[in-house]
Amino acid sequence: MFDSLSDRLGGVFDRLKGRGALSESDVREAMREVRIALLEADVALPVVRRFIDSVTEKAIGADVLRSVTPGQQVVKIVNDELVAMLGGALAEDGGDDHGKGVEGLNLDAKPPVVIMMVGLQGSGKTTTTAKLAKFIREKHGKKAMMASLDVNRPAAQEQLAVLGEQVDTATLPIVAGQQPVDIARRAMESARLQNHDVLLLDTAGRLHVDEALMAEMKAVAGVSAPTEVLLVVDSLTGQDAVNVAKNFTEEVPLTGVILTRMDGDARGGAALSMRHVTGKPIKFAGTGEKLDALEAFDPVRVAGRILGM
Amino acid sequence: ATKARLDDATLDDVEDALISSDLGPSAAARIRERLRAKRFGLEISETELKEAVAEEIAAILRPVAIPLEITAFPRPQVILVIGVNGSGKTTTIAKLAHWLVEDDYGVLLAAGDTFRAAAIGQLATWADRIGVPLVRGPEGGDPASIVFDAVKQATDTGIDALVVDTAGRLQNKRELMEELSKIRRVLGKLNPEAPHDVLLVLDATNGQNALSQIETFKEVAGVTGLIMTKLDGTARGGVLVAAAEQYGLPIHAIGVGETIDDLRPFDPDLVARVIAGVA
Ligand SMILES: Nc1nc2c(ncn2[C@@H]2O[C@H](COP(=O)(O)OP(=O)(O)OP(=O)(O)O)[C@@H](O)[C@H]2O)c(=O)[nH]1
Ligand SMILES: Nc1nc2c(ncn2[C@@H]2O[C@H](COP(=O)(O)OP(=O)(O)OP(=O)(O)O)[C@@H](O)[C@H]2O)c(=O)[nH]1
Ligand SMILES: [K+]
Ligand SMILES: [Mg+2]
Ligand SMILES: [Mg+2]
Repeated sequence: MFDSLSDRLGGVFDRLKGRGALSESDVREAMREVRIALLEADVALPVVRRFIDSVTEKAIGADVLRSVTPGQQVVKIVNDELVAMLGGALAEDGGDDHGKGVEGLNLDAKPPVVIMMVGLQGSGKTTTTAKLAKFIREKHGKKAMMASLDVNRPAAQEQLAVLGEQVDTATLPIVAGQQPVDIARRAMESARLQNHDVLLLDTAGRLHVDEALMAEMKAVAGVSAPTEVLLVVDSLTGQDAVNVAKNFTEEVPLTGVILTRMDGDARGGAALSMRHVTGKPIKFAGTGEKLDALEAFDPVRVAGRILGM
Repeated sequence: ATKARLDDATLDDVEDALISSDLGPSAAARIRERLRAKRFGLEISETELKEAVAEEIAAILRPVAIPLEITAFPRPQVILVIGVNGSGKTTTIAKLAHWLVEDDYGVLLAAGDTFRAAAIGQLATWADRIGVPLVRGPEGGDPASIVFDAVKQATDTGIDALVVDTAGRLQNKRELMEELSKIRRVLGKLNPEAPHDVLLVLDATNGQNALSQIETFKEVAGVTGLIMTKLDGTARGGVLVAAAEQYGLPIHAIGVGETIDDLRPFDPDLVARVIAGVA
């Protein structure tokens, strides 16, 4: 079902063979194939439009049209532009936190440094919170505490408590009936008293159009002054990605995005939409249900995946 | 209302709107072609055009709008609920159980997700709230043995419907999919007819990958019907149109919120109007 972009563009250029040098309209025809590839990969339509415009402009440059392998040239331009838009290639060494393109966590603030997790229902916030706690201890050598502010989903706070045991990280004791803003205050105080370096706040899933829950999220951010506000997004997300990205960006000061379920077989066009609409780096990729399945987001790999190559 | 001749620019806009609703580029192009064939060059108002789009979509969805019915006799009717992680399976089971209880059916739930942290506790809380019994085992236990016990208990006590929760799994995970077909086989040990229904729960915010979910879960677990959740947001679930064309599986219901009252029968005309931007 999914032909690779190279094959499809190859087809386009084959049909054009024998017509001599490529014209601007030949490139435009090729771009129609790129457009379909991006849409099949679930890149959001407005983002596709802007991407195609920008790439077309580059591809109709004289060098491309006169080259002997215009098809490959166009594919290269598309790929390079996609990588750049996704955050740039990782450093050669596979990317530690200082590598080019790898945006780690900002933990350089007065402790407890607060990291707040937000996103739609079921996107992977709670699991990713626990993954980050483990990551922070192992990679940053810092002590983290986690608190669940989810008073909506049955057993959500228990879920985080169980995960806390699995990653050997303290969780804020559950007080039945306490509301999110008060839980956040109590968590701040507790983290301070117990000298935790980092406080991870897991929040309930919410729709970006749910005014009451969006207001609650803002209130939590208001009392906890988070250094990082991370939007957790399912990499299976389709066209709705733009709405989600836009609304969350407007409501809280996002510092980054985490894409979950990258271990699935989705083409992951949501990555491009997220990056483009939030303007924030994609800091990590979730690659499994296990609590060590967290990786630096790799723009080169994801670009290839989006293009089906 | 002002009318204009249906031209290619307008058809482009229609196609874009359909793509924005997650129909995917091919299904969107097919609907565009059908409209073009029927009405190109004819005078049409914006409202009429949207209605025409809605009608094209509804025509595709109507044949698959089939309610979930409890008919199994001898009892119980066994309903297996499956899907990728976080799609809304457990919550949908709670809604479905509530729905069935309201209709005076006796319901038993089985906590077949022993893997995810506090998944059993989540379903147990719902079972309590709805007032239905639950068969559960230890965290990390073997889901197959729990579902076996559940079928036995449901059969012994003459329960009308047994609804089985399962752990979320991505369709490209071979081992987890194999576990699912094992659960399916075990359900059939005491009652060869079981499971009577295999419901695949799809998240409306998912894009084209939903088609691959249907394809693989159908192959591995014999999906008999679909439920789409999270249609209370801005996602429109247009992938159902492509799904109806490609797989023709019944669509039973949609989820429109997080409470037990938020399950609705699948109304093809309403969903078509939402996708077409009329409703
Ligand atoms: N395969 C895979 N599964 C994941 C990943 N991240 C999370 N999950 C699974 O996705 C499901 C939902 O994860 P949660 O962490 O509960 O999601 P959430 O955003 O906290 O959900 P709500 O609190 O209900 O909004 C669980 O089954 C997780 O195991 C990932 O990167 N890969
Ligand atoms: N807005 C909205 N949220 C929903 C709907 N259905 C489920 N949810 C939410 O989505 C999240 C995940 O739902 P679950 O029922 O736990 O999903 P699941 O498929 O059982 O997840 P795993 O067992 O982890 O794979 C929860 O926060 C639910 O409250 C719906 O129709 N609308
Ligand atoms: K929730
Ligand atoms: Mg959660
Ligand atoms: Mg579940």
